[in-house]
Amino acid sequence: MDFLAHFNYWVFVVLMMAGFYTLIARGNLIKKIVGLNIFQASVFLLYITMGKVTGGTAPIVPEGGTDGVIYSNPIPHVLILTAIVVGVATTALGLALIVRINEAFGTIEEDEIQDAEAEQ
Amino acid sequence: MTALEIIVMHLPALQIAVPLIAAPLCILMRGTYLAWFWTRFITVIVFVMSIGLAWQVHKAGVISYELGGWAAPWGIEYRVDQINAFVLLIVSAIGMMVVPFALKSVQKEIPDDRHHLFYAAFLLCLTGLLGIAITGDAFNVFVFLEISSLSSYALIAMGRDRRALTAAFQYLVMGTIGATFILIGIGLMYQMTGTLNMADLAKRLPAVAETRPIMAAFAFFTVGVCLKLALFPLHMWLPNAYAYAPSVVTAFVAATATKVSIYVLLRFFFTIFGAEFSFDVVPLTGVLVILSVMAIVAASTSAIFQKNVKRLLAYSSVAQIGYIILGISLVTVTGLTSGLLHMFNHALMKGALFLSLGAVYYRVGSVELEAMRGVGRQMPLTMFAFVIAGLSLIGVPMTAGFISKWYLLTALFQMGWWPVAVLVLASSLLAIVYIWKVVEVAYFQPPLPDAKPVKEVTFSMLMPIWVLAGANVFFGIDTRLPVGLAGDAARQLLGIGG
Amino acid sequence: MTGSIAIIAALLVPLFGVLGIVAARNHPNHREAVTLVTASGLFILVASLVTPVMNGLRPGISVLEVLPGLEIAFGVEPLGLIFALIASGLWIVTSIYAIGYMRGHHEENQTRFYAFFAIALSCAIGVAFAANLFTMFIFYEALTLSTYPLVTHSGTADAKRGGRTYLGILLTTSIGFLLLAVIWTYMSVGTLDFRQGGILNGQVSEAVAGGLLILYVFGIGKAAIMPFHRWLPAAMVAPTPVSALLHAVAVVKAGVFAVLKVAVYIFGLDLLAKLTVTDYLMWLAAATILVTSVIALRQDNLKRRLAYSTISQLSYIILAALLATSGGITGGAMHIAMHAFGKITLFFCAGAILVATHKTEISDMRGIGRSMPFTMIAFTIGSLSIVGAPPMGGLWSKWILGMAALDAGQFAIIGVLMLSSLLSIGYLLPVAYQAFFNAPENHNAGKTPIKEAPTLCVIALSLTALGCIVLFLFPDPLYDLANLITAPA
Repeated sequence: MDFLAHFNYWVFVVLMMAGFYTLIARGNLIKKIVGLNIFQASVFLLYITMGKVTGGTAPIVPEGGTDGVIYSNPIPHVLILTAIVVGVATTALGLALIVRINEAFGTIEEDEIQDAEAEQ
Repeated sequence: MTALEIIVMHLPALQIAVPLIAAPLCILMRGTYLAWFWTRFITVIVFVMSIGLAWQVHKAGVISYELGGWAAPWGIEYRVDQINAFVLLIVSAIGMMVVPFALKSVQKEIPDDRHHLFYAAFLLCLTGLLGIAITGDAFNVFVFLEISSLSSYALIAMGRDRRALTAAFQYLVMGTIGATFILIGIGLMYQMTGTLNMADLAKRLPAVAETRPIMAAFAFFTVGVCLKLALFPLHMWLPNAYAYAPSVVTAFVAATATKVSIYVLLRFFFTIFGAEFSFDVVPLTGVLVILSVMAIVAASTSAIFQKNVKRLLAYSSVAQIGYIILGISLVTVTGLTSGLLHMFNHALMKGALFLSLGAVYYRVGSVELEAMRGVGRQMPLTMFAFVIAGLSLIGVPMTAGFISKWYLLTALFQMGWWPVAVLVLASSLLAIVYIWKVVEVAYFQPPLPDAKPVKEVTFSMLMPIWVLAGANVFFGIDTRLPVGLAGDAARQLLGIGG
Repeated sequence: MTGSIAIIAALLVPLFGVLGIVAARNHPNHREAVTLVTASGLFILVASLVTPVMNGLRPGISVLEVLPGLEIAFGVEPLGLIFALIASGLWIVTSIYAIGYMRGHHEENQTRFYAFFAIALSCAIGVAFAANLFTMFIFYEALTLSTYPLVTHSGTADAKRGGRTYLGILLTTSIGFLLLAVIWTYMSVGTLDFRQGGILNGQVSEAVAGGLLILYVFGIGKAAIMPFHRWLPAAMVAPTPVSALLHAVAVVKAGVFAVLKVAVYIFGLDLLAKLTVTDYLMWLAAATILVTSVIALRQDNLKRRLAYSTISQLSYIILAALLATSGGITGGAMHIAMHAFGKITLFFCAGAILVATHKTEISDMRGIGRSMPFTMIAFTIGSLSIVGAPPMGGLWSKWILGMAALDAGQFAIIGVLMLSSLLSIGYLLPVAYQAFFNAPENHNAGKTPIKEAPTLCVIALSLTALGCIVLFLFPDPLYDLANLITAPA
């Protein structure tokens, strides 16, 4: 059935929506960052799974040459390493901002922060 | 080979490498003056390099540079043609112009022990923006996009008001969503074509154009890039981010970041996907026209009701982005020319406006409308530059803004779209209202009794303001350079000779 | 000096004057001398163009090309010359008046006043000598912007409010309608040049031409056709010299001048006569004439009454343009001159009364003819000129307008002209009558001493009143020049 053949895409979609939902629906800033992370992780999965070739192995040249060896596409892996780094940097920056926001506002709940800003 | 020849040969790579390496070096430069001087030095070099690239492109045509010597489409290619030369010029010029202003402004707005970090982040942001403009590889766009975005989140968060922190956080969240959507789009495109090189993608996409992954890729990419360029209704992050960031950051980011995102849109829609796919197969023209008209009208109206002048100008920026997208979505030479022209002119206008507001903030300590009473007499040079840039925003003849409006209206007339042309003109009237609000308060109201009298700012701050304001007038009269560049770029994007 | 150099010089001389005015800001007498010298120089330059134009020459110069197909170019033709002569000539007289008024009234910021006055005059010359719509539009907008500081000169809340109305209406009409019309014209015809016979004839459908005409007439807000007339009364918060020169002469005449120019050189009289919209707009102008005359009757503030009278008289010229006959154009062009002299006299008198007696309301002005005989005599002369009675110049322009209406078969218009003359008698002459023949409030037996306005003011208003009479006796030069506008090339 198509579902099983494309299950990696289904996982991608489910994770993406889960992350997106958390991002939007949760008021706590750290939960938003977690949602963002899940959202980004889903994209990583998309890339990595798209690189897998059926029956493919790791893209390392084995002894005896590369004749007849099927290997998975290394490029998505490379791309995702970059994207993971970007994701880590984003998370770090986000968390640093949350620390500063906590210092400045005394809270990390979005609605309380909005109230505080409205009064200002 | 002489050193100069080597430099010229590697100019595309140097354009990125120089500010990229300069940024971490800047962290080592403790002390305001050292960090500032270093930044000044680097931005001038960057500007000179972008002029060199533009000159080369003008003479020899498209430059294709293989990073690391690896040939495209496997290696990353830096590809400079008329359009990115134009964008590189804009970004590096604005970058160079704001730095002299930054010395005093940053001293006032940011704690002393952070200055070297500020300049480092600034150089990183510049690197990222330049990188987006110069690269010929789709994934590389994402990388540089994130470099520039992350550094701009950090820059915005350095604002004095604590709301800068939440503004930066909101921008971070929305910007990351946008970038991630772009990433998804690129991933799906890679999946269907097997390449990330823009030129190669352009060759291979037509064969798979109407498949579902590509349609999905297009959709994801469009939403992502519209988030980044703050097209209505995905513009929510912009007003707060611009309002609470340090003055220099607002001026720089307002003049460059959204423009570069628009460039990304142009590159993908016209060069990679092709104008036919983007606008005929996908009914994008209609969608973009509606959204940009709404942007123009809604944002201009919101601007009128703002009490904080920086927020007012931020909403005005959203409206101006609407103008640019409107011109682009017409997919005619005149329309594209007007969009590209307005990218250039808007950078000049908003640069001048935000810098002069920065000067006001430097002296007065606030950019609330109420605090600016009577500032026109006390800071005549600054406010006069504000007026000139404001007139350019309205589109008064003899200013740059008039030229881009003229082109836009001409393009709309060529399409026979009357009502839209009338709306564009009506929005100029809205612009008159909000600019005049500021002018009236500054010139016609006496200062508050308990306000301290303020002086004009120093030459180092006035000079960039006046260069930008003067450029508005200069390019409103001698239009050959911007119109020529924009026209060439437009024709190239549409694949018409020239 | 060749014509082209004279044109550029005429544009630049007032701007150099600004430099002189600002440089002399701490020496009032020097500063005022600079204004007078500049104004005289400008007039001489413009006057030097009369003979060439009467001989059939049309000097012109192209300055620069802003966009392909859009250039800033100037060209002198009879209509523009009339306007430029009036503006520059009356600038001299107004400067004399302003010196007396500003000093007598102890006004502040006089340097700013004289400087922006000069800039506004330069813009007016730019409008007069523009060779295409683009150039005219630029200077038209510049005129609006440069007169704003003059309108809001006193800086009071009222002044600001008036300034806001002024700017609001003028910019809205010019950007909303006029710019649209200019672009549409450019897109339809490919050029914006002013040419004999017009550029639209035969090039656009009648529907398009009709739409364009509506946009132009409403877009040229300075011509103050209803409903875009409210800026004129609002601008009366300005000091009287401003109201006199700008809102009786330069700004409003720029408006009707633009209407005439567009009618003759963009549409062409033939096309104009064919359009159905022309008739509707003509009736709108006629309605404006009558309605604003009636409103004028009910105003007690003298300057406001004169403002509504001005709106009414402007619509005469719009009407003349829309009659689409050469007689109408001649009459309209002459009326530019006649009305200018008449109205400026009236405004000068209003200002003189303000400075001498601090009175602004007509009901307070009973019997001031005894203490201000020169002023009120000049007022009477100016009124008669506006009314169109001999021996004042206003008679000629009204006469020619009437004849043009007859020629065009518009008999009802003649009725409108006669009715409005009656109304203008009604709102102008009683002022003079009660000044002379009614007793002042503080009536004391015995002679009332003569307490005139400052001497310079009186000189100025006497000169313009004299001008009204001179134009009656010697209308030919003006008539010949005006006739040249629609003469075959």
